[in-house]
Amino acid sequence: MKIFYRIILLVFLIIITPIHSNSAEKIEYLKTDWSFKGLFGKFDRSSLQRGYQVYTEVCSSCHSMKYLSYRNLAEKGGPEFSLEQAKAIAASFEVKDGPNADGEMFTRPGRLSDKFVMPYDNVKAAQAANGGAYPPDMSVLVKARGGGVDYIYSLLQGYEDPPTGVTLDDGVYYNKYMYGNKIKMANQLSDGLIEYSDGTNATVEQMSKDVTTFLMWAAEPHLEARHRMGFKAIIYLIILTVLVYFSMKKIWSRIETEV
Amino acid sequence: MSDHEYTPKSKVGKWFNDRLPLLTLANHLTDYPTPKNLNYWWTFGGILTFCLLTQIVTGLVLAMHYIAHADMAFDSVEHIMRDVNYGWLIRYIHANGASMFFLAVYIHIFRSLFYGSYKAPREVIWIIGIIIYLLMMAAAFMGYVLPWGQMSFWGATVITNLFSAIPLVGEGIVTWLWGGYSVDNPTLTRFFTLHYLIPFLILGLVVLHIWALHVPGNNNPVGIDIKKPSKDTVPFHPYIVIKDGFALLMFMIVFAFFVFYTPNILGHADNYIEADPLVTPAHIVPEWYLLPFYAILRSVPDKLLGVVAMLSAILILAVLPWLDTSKIRSAVFRPLYRQFYWILVVDVLILGYVGAMPAEGLYLLIARIATAYYFLHFLVILPVLGLKEKTLPIPLSITEPVLGGSPNLAAAKNKESFKN
Repeated sequence: MKIFYRIILLVFLIIITPIHSNSAEKIEYLKTDWSFKGLFGKFDRSSLQRGYQVYTEVCSSCHSMKYLSYRNLAEKGGPEFSLEQAKAIAASFEVKDGPNADGEMFTRPGRLSDKFVMPYDNVKAAQAANGGAYPPDMSVLVKARGGGVDYIYSLLQGYEDPPTGVTLDDGVYYNKYMYGNKIKMANQLSDGLIEYSDGTNATVEQMSKDVTTFLMWAAEPHLEARHRMGFKAIIYLIILTVLVYFSMKKIWSRIETEV
Repeated sequence: MSDHEYTPKSKVGKWFNDRLPLLTLANHLTDYPTPKNLNYWWTFGGILTFCLLTQIVTGLVLAMHYIAHADMAFDSVEHIMRDVNYGWLIRYIHANGASMFFLAVYIHIFRSLFYGSYKAPREVIWIIGIIIYLLMMAAAFMGYVLPWGQMSFWGATVITNLFSAIPLVGEGIVTWLWGGYSVDNPTLTRFFTLHYLIPFLILGLVVLHIWALHVPGNNNPVGIDIKKPSKDTVPFHPYIVIKDGFALLMFMIVFAFFVFYTPNILGHADNYIEADPLVTPAHIVPEWYLLPFYAILRSVPDKLLGVVAMLSAILILAVLPWLDTSKIRSAVFRPLYRQFYWILVVDVLILGYVGAMPAEGLYLLIARIATAYYFLHFLVILPVLGLKEKTLPIPLSITEPVLGGSPNLAAAKNKESFKN
């Protein structure tokens, strides 16, 4: 059995290699308890719903989420808005559709099957409106950044006055967690910026946590199903392994050498 | 191969077997005499077969939903992750399966190096194995390009650009590989086609690999030739089947842990950013399993020589049976080789580590030393060692220690689990 400890050690070595490589310019990110971490990690529903509110009221004016549909908001494992709520949310957006029988494009209220409405028609329009910087699509943003949720969570709270000696161009801001410390997004969050519909106090920390949770779900909508299935699969494998181990002992006991 | 004639018991079986001896083959596979002292390092052949089949099956399903087009590939992957039933599961198994495949193949190769399994009469098995390994790298590289993220795009650009190092025709070859003047849609579609094709080539080679194995039979930890069948062997079924099965299950637990709990840790975050030819990532790094060779490539200041060094690092393995002059197979009886073996293991791990680091300063220096040592090991140490080394006496048979042989053999048995 010693062999397998060594295999595990090897696996461990291999895991730390990429971690090391990603953390070449490592800074300590702000830490918070994420309910979705760990073997049984689940999303905090109300945090997801609040996070959606932060996204719609703050982020969505510049950032798209092109892989999400309004129906996702009512699906299991997500914010789990009721179907009526999700329909109402969808209907509150104007969706461009067409062409109709006359060859004209038209707008209509959104449906559950529609993708999240994008703030800009295309990347060029987004860049033109944001001083040349394209606000990245947020559907998989959490997975597309080295530090993941901790990075996003920290970045939202990482705005500071630049240290002496650092000069910033117009439309560039100082953020201590940003790669190179220069970011083209201004600080968006301030205490009490929005009014949470569930009455939670909208501090910067709270909003950062909620919207990051929401982004994590957006990037991994099946996270809860994955954790559930993973636990079952591994338990199943362990039981089977034990059974096979004893069968093996039995079979090998027929000949003189031990396994 | 089989020493005894096999006749099916039933009439129908005999009728069929006379026309197509599938039953004889099945009988050969179940009765196949296997050394009974094989340790767990020998279970990785079966594990690798499992890995290959897993990649093929999950790959088939992914190919049903994936769209090989520069404008749609990234979207289609997200479609698989979100809207295809259990698409996330299939994709994470496939993506992590590649890493698991390489983990297993490296253990398999290093087992071979430790126990001298590449030596006569098993050179052909070994060379087929090296070809499989090369094809695996090609398949893995092209597979990594398919999601069309930033690392896909820039990895493809860097690797295909290596061919431009070839004098005179290099640039032309690169254009031909790309199907244009940069990595673009034609590159993606051909990579997809090849990525689909290569696993089946590997499957064919695996059959040859096993066939070639069944001619001389397995090597074993003691590394001596054994009589087959004899007291030293057990039939493949059920003894080896159940042991391989047990090891495979252990392997699957590790595999499952990655798939279900850290599915993205072995990938690079940048690959969740859609490919953008106008934005170069800060560091372009290949997947972990290619890092040692990437380090060798970058440790040579000249582009052409770097490519030559990288290719030689792999191809040198193919001539290993002739570089190693030792008459003794197993490192168990080669006290000096055993030490150099572990130095090589550490050397390759160091190469992997510096391969992930920027090629500058101390890292570059370490990479150069490690690269030099890698070649030194194969080109100088191995040939000289085989001639100079004072080896320990080898036993006459596997059962000998069990029947109360010399103390040397008892020591050898302890060392079977890579202890020293």
